[in-house]
Amino acid sequence: MQRYAVILAATSVLALAACKKEPPETLPPAPVASAPAPSTPAPTPAPRPTGPQPGSQAHFASAMAGRDVIFFDTDKYNIDSEDAVALRAQAEYMLQYTSAGATIEGHADERGTREYNLALGERRANAAKNYLVSLGVAESRLRTVSYGEERPAATGSNEQAWARNRRAVTVMID
Amino acid sequence: MNLRQSLSALFAIAMLAAGGPALAQDEAISLDPSSLDAEGNATADAGEESVLRGTVTADAWQDLGIAIASFATNQDVPTPANADGTASLGHELARVVFADLRNNGLFRPVGPDALPRPSYAQITAPSWRTWQSQSAEMLVHGYVRANNDGRLTVGCYLYDVILEEELVREGWIVSPAEWRRAAHKCADLVYSRLSGESPFFDSRIAYIAETGPKERRIKRLAIMDSDGANHRFITNGQSTALTPRYSPDYSRIAYLSYVDGNPRIYVYDIGTGQQTLVTQSSNPTFAPRWSPDGRYLLYSMAVAGNTDIYRVPSAGGASIRLTSSPAIEVGGSYSPDGTQIVFESDQSGTQQCYTMNADGSNQRRISFFGGRCATPEWSPRGDQIAFTHIVGDFHIAVMDTNGRNMRTLTNGWQDEAPTWAPNGRIIQFFRSERNTGNASIWQVDLTGENERRLNTPVGASDPAWGPVLP
Repeated sequence: MQRYAVILAATSVLALAACKKEPPETLPPAPVASAPAPSTPAPTPAPRPTGPQPGSQAHFASAMAGRDVIFFDTDKYNIDSEDAVALRAQAEYMLQYTSAGATIEGHADERGTREYNLALGERRANAAKNYLVSLGVAESRLRTVSYGEERPAATGSNEQAWARNRRAVTVMID
Repeated sequence: MNLRQSLSALFAIAMLAAGGPALAQDEAISLDPSSLDAEGNATADAGEESVLRGTVTADAWQDLGIAIASFATNQDVPTPANADGTASLGHELARVVFADLRNNGLFRPVGPDALPRPSYAQITAPSWRTWQSQSAEMLVHGYVRANNDGRLTVGCYLYDVILEEELVREGWIVSPAEWRRAAHKCADLVYSRLSGESPFFDSRIAYIAETGPKERRIKRLAIMDSDGANHRFITNGQSTALTPRYSPDYSRIAYLSYVDGNPRIYVYDIGTGQQTLVTQSSNPTFAPRWSPDGRYLLYSMAVAGNTDIYRVPSAGGASIRLTSSPAIEVGGSYSPDGTQIVFESDQSGTQQCYTMNADGSNQRRISFFGGRCATPEWSPRGDQIAFTHIVGDFHIAVMDTNGRNMRTLTNGWQDEAPTWAPNGRIIQFFRSERNTGNASIWQVDLTGENERRLNTPVGASDPAWGPVLP
């Protein structure tokens, strides 16, 4: 039983990963058209199918399916082609839901000194921000914060964990 | 109230060192008629003439048999400093002196728990035969006496047992709350007289206390004496605190806090508990550093993602930008005369160490030995720069101020952020464990020997050693 569950979970992850390659397909989710709706169905007991409020962090994270995070090489902050795909998806979302502001969090792995990592995290967050601005997102909607190495996503001390931690995460301001 | 007490104690010590008020002299003289103050000051001056540079050979001192006996008291009376009275306090004073000298690694002393207790009269007239039979070559005696005003007088004497003569003596008047400072002063006196080095035990350390799992670690600003005593948390851990630095007069601590959600340097006033932003800016600021005279603060600020080093008067005022490359320039540590700054930059592609004049002119790279050079800290003596040497793993290393003669002092997996003892002879740093990320503060001397871990209540990082207390 457990094994089946694991396999199911694994395939759904694969499906998500596959989706990642085609950002436009996943971008406009079905409930989007009825954007004003969520405010009205509040009294009815079944608002669940509408899901999270468009423009909210929950809605953004689910729409991005992983593309809310971009990754960097050691000590680097350049936007590579994979990052560009993710940032384009983010930009399209933000151009669709124009009311939402976002924070871009810059992070570094633990294999750097603390203060340098703060500077590096800030540089990464700004690289992501500048790319979003170049795609038409108003600069006033975006703020950056560097956490340096203080908030690791993966806690191991190995190349795999460090690669996951060298990142910039876009978070909608709810 | 605490502040007032400590201020009055500081004042008393300052007065005593400066020649002393009538009270201090009377107190000292009543034990022994010869001039305590004059001798003490003369010795402190002699301590400045160091015979050692670069490397320290400790063997000769380690072989010295130093006996540190219980401090005697003229009358065993109650004192707020010790629940069992001044006799018991005298024993504790000797224990603190013993621990200072032993943990420093330069000496292998014998402490009061293993030695006979001298009488009050014997403090100025040692029982030579007793100590010679203990194979002691050096002898530390002391006394403690409760004064009518509630304060304590502590005397400290160093004797050469073989020659049967006194080498140095000094006395201090302290509030009961600061009794340990008198013991540190005594340890400093003995250390300085025997090693020829400047004192350092009577000093404090600011650092970051760490608790909780790696992905949700709580980081609090904390302070403690150089031996870990008088530990105190300053922030409550609700927001992350990092990289503290004591002002040279110990009145303030500059540190980074995420209290408003962004990394910002605040200057925390220990007396009032108030804190202010180092500069009014919406940009992130980090890596605070004081100038040796306390008049300026260096900080690093990222503007549109580009980090440079700035200088601001610590009393407030306009900031001056010192670096301007599109690379990351961060940190900065003043030479003790305040004329130069060593800092790190990745303008060559990786973190390397650079020096510049205090006004930002004449910037040049000094590290060319392979690997990366990070978190440089200028020695208070001026002759060396300590830094984090990144060669895969992180090691603590020192180099001459021109970048030559690099020497590695530690070999941990991740040792970083060196800070100098006030006398430039010992370096503290923090060591992180692989995977858990658990951090602890360690110290090592300039020989790379005598590495030891400091006792802290919880995990510890970012140590910043202040100067000898005023």
